[in-house]
Amino acid sequence: MKIAIPADENTLQSEVCMSFGRAPYFYIFDTATQTGEFIINGAAMEPGGAGIKAAQIIVDNQAEALITPRCGENAADVFKVAKVKIYKSSVGTIQDNINSYNDGKLDLLDHFHAGFHGRGEN
Amino acid sequence: MKLAVLSGKGGTGKTLVSVNLAAVAGNSVYIDCDVEEPNGHLFFKPKGIEKEKVTIKVPVVDEDLCIGCRKCVDFCKFNALAAVLDKLIVFDEICHSCGGCILFCPTKALTEKDKVIGEIQSGVSDGVKVITGMMNTGEESGIPIIKKLLKKNSNETAMTFIDCPPGSACIVMESIRDADYCILVAEPTVFGLHNLQMVYELVKIFNKPHGVVINKCLQGEKVNLIEKYCNDNRIKILCKIPFESELGRFNSNAMIVSRKSSKYYSLFSSLLQTVTKEVQYETVTHS
Repeated sequence: MKIAIPADENTLQSEVCMSFGRAPYFYIFDTATQTGEFIINGAAMEPGGAGIKAAQIIVDNQAEALITPRCGENAADVFKVAKVKIYKSSVGTIQDNINSYNDGKLDLLDHFHAGFHGRGEN
Repeated sequence: MKLAVLSGKGGTGKTLVSVNLAAVAGNSVYIDCDVEEPNGHLFFKPKGIEKEKVTIKVPVVDEDLCIGCRKCVDFCKFNALAAVLDKLIVFDEICHSCGGCILFCPTKALTEKDKVIGEIQSGVSDGVKVITGMMNTGEESGIPIIKKLLKKNSNETAMTFIDCPPGSACIVMESIRDADYCILVAEPTVFGLHNLQMVYELVKIFNKPHGVVINKCLQGEKVNLIEKYCNDNRIKILCKIPFESELGRFNSNAMIVSRKSSKYYSLFSSLLQTVTKEVQYETVTHS
């Protein structure tokens, strides 16, 4: 099964990105082989609807789970239809979160924000 | 004659100026294009309200006809469509109603449906026709409402005052499109100057005749920074509105100051005269 994580940089020591839709990279990890790869998030610079497009990219990469600090309502709608599970990331690096997932320590994300829609989110 | 009142930021006095100009003009039209938070009607309290819904077209998918080719998803610049597990998801709130997805659909799986995004309320207050655009909460763009507001009144012969949304984005451009003259309202602060510069750039691009009203002028102040800017750039200063608690009190109680006090009636009457002269002058020099 494949898992996606938004990343600030394309290394396992990178922090999980605070934004889902506008993360520069996604790490796609395969639990079966315990290997993964970084892909560029083509939605990061979209003027609008970045969350929807990013969710489409995750689904197209056959990920069945997402680990993220937060996620907007629109992206969540896409994941709901695609039956992608969304877990809340823990503080730490991409590798830390993979370890937490493997140990079954991550909770499902249950709050989805209404989006920032170009108003800045930092 | 159509006069648009605009400013680079909210709270500068657009509504104060446009409401009072319409009130002193009498037999006039006031159009509130600030559809995200229209407040002119709170001052006018118009009677005989008529309501009219504003709709836009959004795509609707027939899942039996959709072959999952994704031409629509790839086309949409606003990312209003997503395709997962042979299902097409349409995000109405993000859709800009361009209709492109429908044109690109090879199997005619996409068609249009009407979606209500707001309404137009029309009423009368002491001879002033008050027309308000109101957008529903959560909608992406108020431009369709503004288009309808202005189209509805395009043949209006009475003097028309357009209360614009704040800023200088597309929604403001749409509001000033048909205006014969733009009144830029500014307050004498550093922030106010920055915001004036933005709308000044805008009216120059649109080649609209314009002048500035300086609101919240402190007593005893010699030449404030807005006056200096206007003088340096040879922009006509139409009027200076004093920063007075009496005015603030009337205004914050949703009263029209020119209907309550002869002093403010004179102030806005003289502003109206100045603007009218300016428009006539512009018409002569630009024709």
